[in-house]
Amino acid sequence: MTYELIAIGTSLGGLSALKTLLRSLPTAFPAALAIVQHRHKESDQGLSSFLQKFTVLPVHEVEDKERIQPGHVYFAPADYHLLVEYGYFSLSVDEPVSYARPSIDVLLESASDIYDERVIGVLLTGANHDGVQGLRSLKARGGMTIVQAPDTAESPILPEAAIAAVNVDWVLPLSDIAPRLIHLCGAAGV
Amino acid sequence: MGILKPDDVDIHLLIEGLYYRYGYDFRNYAKASLKRRIHSFLKAEHLSSVPELQAQMLRDRACADRLLLGLTVNTTAMFRDPSFYIAFRQQVVPLLRTYPFFRIWHAGCSTGQEVYSMAILLQEAGLYHRCRIYATDANDRVLQTARQGIYPYKQMQEYTQLYLKAGGQRTFSEYYTAHYNNAILRPFLRERIVFGEHNLVTDGSFNEFNVIICRNVLIYFDQMLQNQVHELFYNSLCKFGILGLGKQETIRFTKYETAYDDLAKAEKLYRRRS
Ligand SMILES: C[S@@+](CC[C@H](N)C(=O)[O-])C[C@H]1O[C@@H](n2cnc3c(N)ncnc32)[C@H](O)[C@@H]1O
Repeated sequence: MTYELIAIGTSLGGLSALKTLLRSLPTAFPAALAIVQHRHKESDQGLSSFLQKFTVLPVHEVEDKERIQPGHVYFAPADYHLLVEYGYFSLSVDEPVSYARPSIDVLLESASDIYDERVIGVLLTGANHDGVQGLRSLKARGGMTIVQAPDTAESPILPEAAIAAVNVDWVLPLSDIAPRLIHLCGAAGV
Repeated sequence: MGILKPDDVDIHLLIEGLYYRYGYDFRNYAKASLKRRIHSFLKAEHLSSVPELQAQMLRDRACADRLLLGLTVNTTAMFRDPSFYIAFRQQVVPLLRTYPFFRIWHAGCSTGQEVYSMAILLQEAGLYHRCRIYATDANDRVLQTARQGIYPYKQMQEYTQLYLKAGGQRTFSEYYTAHYNNAILRPFLRERIVFGEHNLVTDGSFNEFNVIICRNVLIYFDQMLQNQVHELFYNSLCKFGILGLGKQETIRFTKYETAYDDLAKAEKLYRRRS
């Protein structure tokens, strides 16, 4: 299986979890990463420029109709949903889903709608249930699912809810998630 | 055209049906969000499949009209993205001062908050009496609200915060009167605004403008349609006219990339070259 996109969702505690995950991915990583991290609706590009310091992969705050390129990291901008189309991203200001905009559910559902089984859905630490529904549809369409082990999560609510609702493929401590992604995507070296 | 998945063919046929039967043209809207809204509409109508909706919509005008409303997204706020208004004050207002009279077009103005925000900004810059603002949308319902300028009172707290962050120079409550649960905007704010129905997909140019503002509308269009609308904007702007897009929209991925210079890059304010 060639995975084209890794769709990641997280809320409370996400910043430090993403730091750990992203810093362990090597250059020329063969899949694209799309990330929804819940945050305040007026927050600026601070999040993506902060995380850029910890990864060799180029980090973008998505602009509408931006092309999806392997080995790049794409963040949902504050106050916009991030959706996947064939080959590029779209944004929307549709009403919040699961009380959130950007919503993890929206990203995961649209990612698997386009890529079917060629997508990996990852849920990390989080304090609400946004993402559970999305992970369920992603799994139903044949995608690979990974959830952070609740006891390694700053906030276990999202991981626990996901594990309860979905027959998750991998429940992993945070430090094992990047190596697993590297393995699944067949990336060379670490 | 490539081979589509069955679900996508259903969506495609529904959208074509809506066009051929009623003339509502969503054919080049961005598919992912359109699909989401169709699926939430199915749930709301207790229908089980897209073909079922298609059959019903073709024969039942009321259903088609509800679908039309379900497909349009009207999210807006006064002084949404305050930094845009700060950049507008700093970069665009000095240019506007050089004109005895100027025209602004707000395309896709929804329920009007963005337009009244501009009116307030221009009022505070002492330029409001020199302008004419054309505010258009494809949806006549939102235009009715826009014309009235009456909004739920409970939103005023948020709008006041945004107004202050946008560099507002007075007290926001000077711009409205409270009436039960509503805030009624002061009538003078409406004096230089003309509201009208205009569909960016099907309607053409109707004037020449010094400024065109179109925020969070083009995100709903695919790239082909974005290019088409950018052609309309380009042809409707005067030389060195200003184009303002939404915070996460860009001219970069369109054919008109080289037709504009950046005026305020982060705020998506562009200036037409020559
Ligand atoms: C999300 S709202 C944006 C409102 C405002 N510009 C803002 O940014 O706050 C999008 C608006 O675009 C309008 N719209 C959608 N398709 C359109 C079209 N083809 N022509 C004109 N307006 C359209 C919708 O009716 C809606 O009011």
